[in-house]
Amino acid sequence: MTLFIGSLHLGLIYGLMALGISITFRILKTPDLTTDGSFTLGTAISASLAILGMPGYGILFAILCGGLAGAVTGLLQTKLNIHPILSGILTMSGLYSVNLYILGARSNVSLLGSEHLFSQAAALFPHINRNFVRLWVAFLLCAACFSVLTWFFRTHLGLCIRATGDNDDMVRASSIDVDRMRIIAVALSNACVGFSGAVAAQYQGFADIGGGVGMMVVGLASVIIGEMFFGHRSVTLGFLSAVCGSVVYRLIIALALKSDFFPAYALKLVSALIVVTALSLPAVRDRLRVFGLKREALRRKTLNQEALGEGELRADDR
Amino acid sequence: MLTIDKAQKTFQRGTPGERIALDRLSLNLKRGEFLTIIGSNGAGKSTLFNAITGAFLLDGGSIVLAGTDITWMPPHKRAFTIGYLFQDPMKGTAPGMSVEENLALAYSRRKAWPLRIGVSKKDSALFRERLARLDMGLEDRVKTKVGLLSGGQRQALALLMSTVGEPHLLLLDEHTAALDPAAAERIMRVTCGVIENQRLTAMMITHNIQQALHFGSRTIMLEEGRIIVDIAGEERKKMTVPRLLELYSRRSRKELDNDRILLEGSGVPPSEFEV
Repeated sequence: MTLFIGSLHLGLIYGLMALGISITFRILKTPDLTTDGSFTLGTAISASLAILGMPGYGILFAILCGGLAGAVTGLLQTKLNIHPILSGILTMSGLYSVNLYILGARSNVSLLGSEHLFSQAAALFPHINRNFVRLWVAFLLCAACFSVLTWFFRTHLGLCIRATGDNDDMVRASSIDVDRMRIIAVALSNACVGFSGAVAAQYQGFADIGGGVGMMVVGLASVIIGEMFFGHRSVTLGFLSAVCGSVVYRLIIALALKSDFFPAYALKLVSALIVVTALSLPAVRDRLRVFGLKREALRRKTLNQEALGEGELRADDR
Repeated sequence: MLTIDKAQKTFQRGTPGERIALDRLSLNLKRGEFLTIIGSNGAGKSTLFNAITGAFLLDGGSIVLAGTDITWMPPHKRAFTIGYLFQDPMKGTAPGMSVEENLALAYSRRKAWPLRIGVSKKDSALFRERLARLDMGLEDRVKTKVGLLSGGQRQALALLMSTVGEPHLLLLDEHTAALDPAAAERIMRVTCGVIENQRLTAMMITHNIQQALHFGSRTIMLEEGRIIVDIAGEERKKMTVPRLLELYSRRSRKELDNDRILLEGSGVPPSEFEV
């Protein structure tokens, strides 16, 4: 039960990040590598401000700064014409220094003894089980983010962003400013990632400079796992899938760790393998199909030859 | 409505591959005029459209649309007043979005609040009504994803999208060329209907000379970035495909070399465009 509750907590908190990832990966259709940096940025800001006694502001600023980091990547991608993947890597790389600066040139900051969102919530409802309160906090934050995003992608601006990812040619010929749409979308995505990092830091009680490494892959794995449940036929279903995928991902990881199936340090390798498997499925399916067709054709050919051979034999008999 | 003055564009200037795409081309289009454009491969037809939409900037000359100088205006700002229809029906619509969401994108007004709801009830009703006018059965499929529609339906939707905002100018770039004959005829009829109803000023590139003479009110022929034939009114009414081809060879001192035009302009009018 604790395993389940714990996975649910983490799943919902990292679900915020999965929401952000699905914006760039599924709606904009350009994977964004800023994630690793902006997640740590979120944890760093949130932890630093929580230590100063302002956990709420910590989360707020983490969202803003995450968005800002995303906007930088967006600017690099569009106005400076740098390849989207490289833009993300550049921002992520630069953020490493920024994150260290925020953490006061330390690689690790602990929230031990300071107030944070979850302890405040627990203090508000002293009679309720602590884990239950945590679950509610995580759930409410996730639900709020989900609702805002669902609403946003139904507004005119949201439609414009979806069209940018769907058909670049069309949007370029229309009155929509493609560059601005891309910048807004990447910023929004990283605001979610920063939000996720901020909540994660206060949940776990520390911020670590290496906390964001491989986060993008974890997010992708969540999005992909989630799509097995609801698909991404509509934007809303896509977001729902992302959150559910995140929870399932955490459950899988927790179970695997508990069963001593693999050691904790194999986590990122497993995540990467999940993503590779899911992304390579269409290619593998195609290969198998071609292989099957080839075998079928060969079989027919030999059958024909055999039939021909028999015919010749008969002719000889005559 | 549209005044192009000595538009000049050279591609790959200063290299052995230098090519003059627009050679001090001047063109004046009156409000409500429907211009058809023909010309051989590389004559500058598409270059002219790209210059108007702002896909590139001119080396010299100016473009004025409805009293506004748009020579230096970025493409997305020009698009508020210019409707554009691609040859490829896949290019003009977003396949992963529904019919009404596509229309809502096109139906954007410049000053409206960007966070308003994308498809309001009022918009939805308007879209249904406009779709019904196309008579393509689209009004019952407003929630359908555009990727599931046929090429003809997608092109009809793209046409509606490019005209719903009442543009000053409608550019049609061989917009029926990629469709099957029946769909092409239907789209052409719908196009003419829309242009007439909204009294749009329009320009249409076509590789079908018969079509060029049959539709619209004025026809120009381009060659090496210049206008070599410009006919309207009585002169155009009397013009036939063979005479136009003859006029072309006389003015350009060579045979018309368009792999597609020769096939379709050889005297026998394609049945689907007969009067």
